Amino acid sequence: MIERALARLARVIAGASVRWTSPPGPPAVQRVYFANHGSHLDFVLIWSALPAGVRVRTRPIAGADYWLRGRVRRYLATRVFRAVLIERGAQVGHGRVESGVDPIAEIVEAMGNDTSIIFFPEGTRSPDGTLLPFRSGLYHLCQRKPALELVPVYLDNLTRILPKGEVMPVPLLSRVTFGAPLRLEPGEEKRVFLTRMREALMALRDA
Amino acid sequence: MMLPHFPQLNPILARLMLGVVVLLIIGTIVGAVLARRARSETARATVANLNARVRAWWVMVAVFAIAVATGGVGSIVLFAAMSFLALREFMTLTPTSRADHGVLLWAFFIFAPIQYLLVWMQWYGLFAILIPVYAFVTIPGRMALAGDTTRFLERTATVQWGLLACVYCVSYAPALLMLVVPGYAGGRTGLLFYLVLIAQLNDVLQYTFGKLAGKRPIAPTVSPNKTWEGFIGGTVTTVAIGTALWWATPFPPLVAAAMSLVITIMGFAGGLTMSAIKRDRGVKDFGALIQGHGGVLDRVDSLLFAAPVYFHLIRFFYVP
Repeated sequence: MIERALARLARVIAGASVRWTSPPGPPAVQRVYFANHGSHLDFVLIWSALPAGVRVRTRPIAGADYWLRGRVRRYLATRVFRAVLIERGAQVGHGRVESGVDPIAEIVEAMGNDTSIIFFPEGTRSPDGTLLPFRSGLYHLCQRKPALELVPVYLDNLTRILPKGEVMPVPLLSRVTFGAPLRLEPGEEKRVFLTRMREALMALRDA
Repeated sequence: MMLPHFPQLNPILARLMLGVVVLLIIGTIVGAVLARRARSETARATVANLNARVRAWWVMVAVFAIAVATGGVGSIVLFAAMSFLALREFMTLTPTSRADHGVLLWAFFIFAPIQYLLVWMQWYGLFAILIPVYAFVTIPGRMALAGDTTRFLERTATVQWGLLACVYCVSYAPALLMLVVPGYAGGRTGLLFYLVLIAQLNDVLQYTFGKLAGKRPIAPTVSPNKTWEGFIGGTVTTVAIGTALWWATPFPPLVAAAMSLVITIMGFAGGLTMSAIKRDRGVKDFGALIQGHGGVLDRVDSLLFAAPVYFHLIRFFYVP
């Protein structure tokens, strides 16, 4: 109930139109919806754009440091979105210190054999909407679960609605574009795979 | 400054509304008949487009009837909402920079609400200058403080322009509620209804004449659909209807004709301007909120330039 209302509210606030370039698959198929990342609204919007049946089986991957801060955020993250919260470790200078946990193992465990996820392969929010290089998380995940369907999702304009560092969203219109599912090819090299995924996502922008 | 007093639905308004509903019923029946007869692919597409327009018109008339029936407040809220949605469509298509976030928040959450608050308070003096003066002298400074100088003039100008077009100009329509014309039985909402009716009628008629007989585009680089045939056919018919409806206005027939002509010409100018902006930004419609009608901005573009001119003409010549 609250989920449905929230999903609708999110779409209204972000003035979102939703496009599927290939039809949404059956809810039972395990998928990774991977998207460009520029705003805290990103996963909320992808989550809200999914068909209700798919939505209940889809969990976003989000940073524990942000989403566990404050009671409302914690409630939304754990109860409504049922996010898989990953400890990103303390930030030191430009690099990150290992927090001692294996995030990929946590994600694999959270997925079980019937849950899909929303994932941001850039690892952080882009400050200006340009697509950053992909980190290797997507590749390692697919190595452990090669049957996963990878669906690129391009988010238009969300960086302008709520950019990094802002609190109040500007009510502009946005767009969510779902691409056709991809897979990790047998024996595909990490760099080749990540480039292919990144280009698939870029291609949706002009689709 | 005086708080508004809201007139009840008066007989003139009731007759105009009834007329519109009858027209729509005819339109719906014609659409249904055409849908059965259409054979070719293109004919079917045109009829589908026409029927989508008729359906959207029903929705708009219903919303407008409710707004007018609730007196001034309903109309003000309705136009405030349209301004907000139009501004949203406009700013979405405008390239703003990351540094403009603060100014955009001002536009949406400070200037637009205050403008409509002033309409409601009937504070004409501030209403008329809030955006032309106070937005103009505050927005550039705020933007400069944000520090990004790339295309600075272009960015401030666009935000100012968006506010002027989508908020300031549109707010002139409900501002008609401020005008009390002595001896006019249509009340304040009568003036507003006449403006919207003529502007929208002109829109539909220019489209229809353009579809039926359009050959020579007026500005081919801007909009191939706006033709001389459509413009002249639409204008002549609209002015004829506008003149025939003189009894619903405070004007004698000749003045009603002149007013309709002003509304149609300014309406055409507004539509053409918006087409130029859309062409520049590489889109066909500003949004997809009203089915068959593109976005809200596509619907109000004919009111943008017509409303302020119509308002000031009445204020100058008819309000003591």
